[in-house]
Amino acid sequence: MNKIMSAEQAIAQISDGMTVGIGGWGPRRKPMALIREILRSDLTDLTIVAYGGADVGMLCAAGKVKKVIFAFVSLDFIPLEPYFRQARQNGSIQVMEVDEGMLLLGLRAAAWKIPFIPTNVGLGTDVIKNNSDLAIIASPYDEKDWVAMPALKLDVSLVHVDKADTRGVCQIKGPDLYMDDWFARAAEVTIASCEDIVDSDYFSPSDEARHVHWERSETTTVVHLPCGAHPTSCAPFYGFDVAHFELYNATAKEGGFDHYRDTYIAGKDEQEYQEAVGGEDKIKSIPLPIY
Amino acid sequence: MTTTAAEYRLCELMICAAAETFRGNGEVLATGIGVIPRLAASLAMKSCNTDLMMTDSEAWMLSEPNAVSGRHFGEGQKQESWMGFSRIFDNVWGGKRHALVGPSQIDRFGQTNISALGGTYEQPKVQMLGVRGFPGNSISHANSFYVPAHSKRVFVEGECDVVCSIGYNAERLPRGYSFDDIDIRQVVTDLCVMDWQGPNHQLRLLTLHPGITVQQVIDNTGFAVHIGDEVTTTVGPTIDQIAIIASLDPVGIRHKQLADNPVGDRR
Repeated sequence: MNKIMSAEQAIAQISDGMTVGIGGWGPRRKPMALIREILRSDLTDLTIVAYGGADVGMLCAAGKVKKVIFAFVSLDFIPLEPYFRQARQNGSIQVMEVDEGMLLLGLRAAAWKIPFIPTNVGLGTDVIKNNSDLAIIASPYDEKDWVAMPALKLDVSLVHVDKADTRGVCQIKGPDLYMDDWFARAAEVTIASCEDIVDSDYFSPSDEARHVHWERSETTTVVHLPCGAHPTSCAPFYGFDVAHFELYNATAKEGGFDHYRDTYIAGKDEQEYQEAVGGEDKIKSIPLPIY
Repeated sequence: MTTTAAEYRLCELMICAAAETFRGNGEVLATGIGVIPRLAASLAMKSCNTDLMMTDSEAWMLSEPNAVSGRHFGEGQKQESWMGFSRIFDNVWGGKRHALVGPSQIDRFGQTNISALGGTYEQPKVQMLGVRGFPGNSISHANSFYVPAHSKRVFVEGECDVVCSIGYNAERLPRGYSFDDIDIRQVVTDLCVMDWQGPNHQLRLLTLHPGITVQQVIDNTGFAVHIGDEVTTTVGPTIDQIAIIASLDPVGIRHKQLADNPVGDRR
């Protein structure tokens, strides 16, 4: 089986109104080249599930989004994502705002094909009050309230990984896989962009195989997009692009998203995007953040 | 040296006061969000509770806290296990954690807000971070609060605009739960140290920072604070504590966290 596609072919699997999960975390290892491909498409009315960063901000700014299911949307060193903030303050998107862990439970429930997972997380807070479709249930084993966190079934998930083979074996060897394994399992179709395409034999040594976090049956499509996480990080290969995020953030105050999109994305393919932001060598020299 | 340092800054007084909240906690993950809370947790791990656990704020558990400044990538990092974000929730829900966090709003119930200000759920006036992990933290493990500018903007008169964490609020208490299921420890501000052990878990003044009056605390809090009979003065940092703090922050970014970097003793 050969699962390799171009970014354009991969994104063509998404339809208007679908629920799309996005892997990574804030400014870290987001499948940004695939997001840029969505920005170039006519797609609309998407429901986005993410530990959000500029992926969510850009999609909101471009009018691609009907609803966001989130616990935060942040660029970390810039705490507030400027375009998500605008979309919220304009009231232009619907939301389901839940705890970070509830999001994880929702993905797990979808992956395990069960309708909900009981939890105490959210009790006593506005997460319950604001989400009227979030049910409080009784337990057969005690006399307490429990939150029934519903399965977050995804039509499509987008993730960015280090290495993949043509059959969809995906490796993330960086320090954290975040919740990417659960995004892959919760979705009908998982599209993985990768830094490198490798032969299947690459994974033969134990130390390589043990950094493969889900079975290839969970990966539908592989897209070769080196530096495809830019401007987010892909540790240990490159850090997030602080200067680019600052520039992006500044466009929210002056110029607007159209200016950003016209400068970097519209009418450009991924290679032209990377040239516009300084080229592959420059991206790969961006230092990793120190906390 | 347990002698109080002759001179110290307010940031250092707050770091030492906040470090005390981890004393006697045993083996729990100490999480300090922000420079001063992280220095407080790190100081505690190096002094009053060497059993504490800590992460590098990314994917590893550390046997020794990292310095918050002047460190090159990966330099001197002493790891003891992997601890990716997904695994953090296994720790959180197991309860062996004490987080020291800086909410934008705190109300009389000890409920907090980091999500949004004003407006509605559909259209907030000011979108902030989102609820992040606050709901789960608050019902799973101990939490303390850090407030760099004690004011009525933070300690709000009514309920928080968005209640992100469960507090001592009977009206919101879920069926089968009691206040004993909620563990809000201390609040360290630029004026004082408080806890939630007043009558019916009312916010209670414990110690005043040197030079601060009870009236200043009352005037800058949007709801009634319980003033006990035993309000004392916050103990200043010792020479040893200052030395540990300096080793954890060699560049001195702690001095940039509070407006005008005030002296610690304001008498």
